[in-house]
Parts: sequence; C-alpha cells; structure tokens
Amino acid sequence: MKFGVVIFPGSNCDHDCYYAIESVVGKPVEFIWHQDTDLEGFDAIILPGGFSYGDYLRSGAIARFSPVMGAVREFAAKGGLVIGICNGFQILMEAGLLPGALLPNIGMKYVCRFLHIRTETTTTPYTNVFEKGQILHIPIGHGEGNFFADEATLKRIENGGQVAFRYVNDLGEPTPGVNPNGSLNNIAGIVNQEGNVLGMMPHPDRSSEGILGSEDGKLIFDSMVQSLTVV
Amino acid sequence: MNVTVIVTMKPTVLDPQGITIQRNLEALGFPGVDGVRQGKYFQIQIGDDLDESARVSLVERLAGDVLTNPVIEEYRIVWE
Repeated sequence: MKFGVVIFPGSNCDHDCYYAIESVVGKPVEFIWHQDTDLEGFDAIILPGGFSYGDYLRSGAIARFSPVMGAVREFAAKGGLVIGICNGFQILMEAGLLPGALLPNIGMKYVCRFLHIRTETTTTPYTNVFEKGQILHIPIGHGEGNFFADEATLKRIENGGQVAFRYVNDLGEPTPGVNPNGSLNNIAGIVNQEGNVLGMMPHPDRSSEGILGSEDGKLIFDSMVQSLTVV
Repeated sequence: MNVTVIVTMKPTVLDPQGITIQRNLEALGFPGVDGVRQGKYFQIQIGDDLDESARVSLVERLAGDVLTNPVIEEYRIVWE
C-alpha cells in the first residue's frame, strides 16, 4: 500500500501530509512532483493544502492544468482514492472531479482555528471507521472555503449521500453560527458520486496526533488504510 | 490587437466581495447603495499574425476554460 503526496509550486502542507502518513499512520508514502504523469504503484493520492501557483486568478485554477492532474483524473476514473485537503479541495473542484465551487469566505476573512465537523456518511473509503454522526475536532485555515453549488447540484449531492462532513457546534448541530465561511448547508467536505474522491476544507493532516491538539483527523487516513486493506 | 474579457459572478451566485464592499460603503459616507458586485477585467493583446477565426477561438477558449469558472462565473468578450 503506497500513498502519494502531490507537490504543486506553492503547496505548503505537503510535508504535513507526508509526515502524517509516514510517521503517524505508519504507511509508505512518496512525494509526486506536479510535472510527473506516472502514478503507477500508488494506491491513494493526496492533494495537500497551500497556495498552488500562488492561487492567482482563482484558487486551484492554474493547478488543474498541471501535468499531474491528467494522471490524477485517470487514477480517479479507475477508482483510485484521491483526497484533496483545503487547496487540494479547491483544485479538485476546478478540475471538475468534484461538483460545486468554493467562493471567498463570507466576511472576506481568512479563518484559521479549530472547530467541529460531523461525519454524515460512514460508507465512503474515508469515513468507514467512523460512527454516523461522529464529531471531529479539527482545524481549518482558508480564505476561500465557502461551498457553493446551484440548487439542482446541491440537491443531488445531499440526496446522493455525497456530503461527507458538515460544520457543527459541540452538540453536533449544524447551526448558522458555527458556519465559518458561509458554506451552503454547512458543508465542509464532499465525495464524488462513486465515493472514491473526497474534498474537504478542514485539515486531517494538522490533527493527526495529540501534540497537534487533536488526533481525530487521523481517523480519515485510518479509513483509507482500512478500505485499501480489505479487498 | 487588443481584446477585453470581463468576468462576473453569475447573478444567482452570492458575491462575498461585493457584499463586503456594499456593507462598508455606508460607513465610509456613501449611503444609498443598494448592491455591489465585483468582477474581473482582463486586457489581452493578441498577436497580429493570427487570422480572425484563430483569434476568436483563442480568446473564447481562454475566457471559457481559464479565466472563468463556469460553475460560478460568466464572461463577456469586447473586441476593440
């Protein structure tokens, strides 16, 4: 089982992800340069957070044209696990691998803090070790994480069980007050229709061991390991 | 040859930048503004060696595939 962490120019959570997989989860992991086009031998790909290509034009808008993204698209089409965290989520949306878009946060502030998210589905390869409704203590750090989709798309995502995580209060309620960025329906993370591609704004890489303030994020990586182990 | 591409948020999409500007205008001494929407404006120079159909197709692709995210934005091309 091998994880790959893509490095775009401007990625800045690549080493966080690498560290989480290698030292905390304890699985083999390699960096993948944005100009590589060969993903042979990888079982899961992580698109890390950061500011790919300076996030000029729109977050993720340039990154989606990088050579590695063609390979990531093929990898995902074959059912490979692809997780985009923060900027990685923005890139997956720009690339059309996930529905919707991420607008600037309501209030235009960069928000960087711990909050709570609720697990909305346990049937994805990213949430299979969770109990339904399980609450995670996890940090965010972004200026453009305001989830938007048109009405029909939003309905499809909600009805199709594609919402993976929602921002909630400590009682597990998705109230408007705890929505950090204006996301529709407090959505923090979604999967594609097939369930093998996940995008989320919160950082499991920054909450994968106790010393970071939470180890809840590790459960997402543990789920990936579990789904890759069970054949 | 010069061409301008204007990118705006679709009318159905909330514009956090416009809302923030509008909210602050009154405090800055500009009451009476009912709405602001912010967009992007690109001035592009196209090489003269391209013929008209090549120019049109280049700018259409540029505007539609790169400068705009079709999920949230729309564009208008203004040839000079």
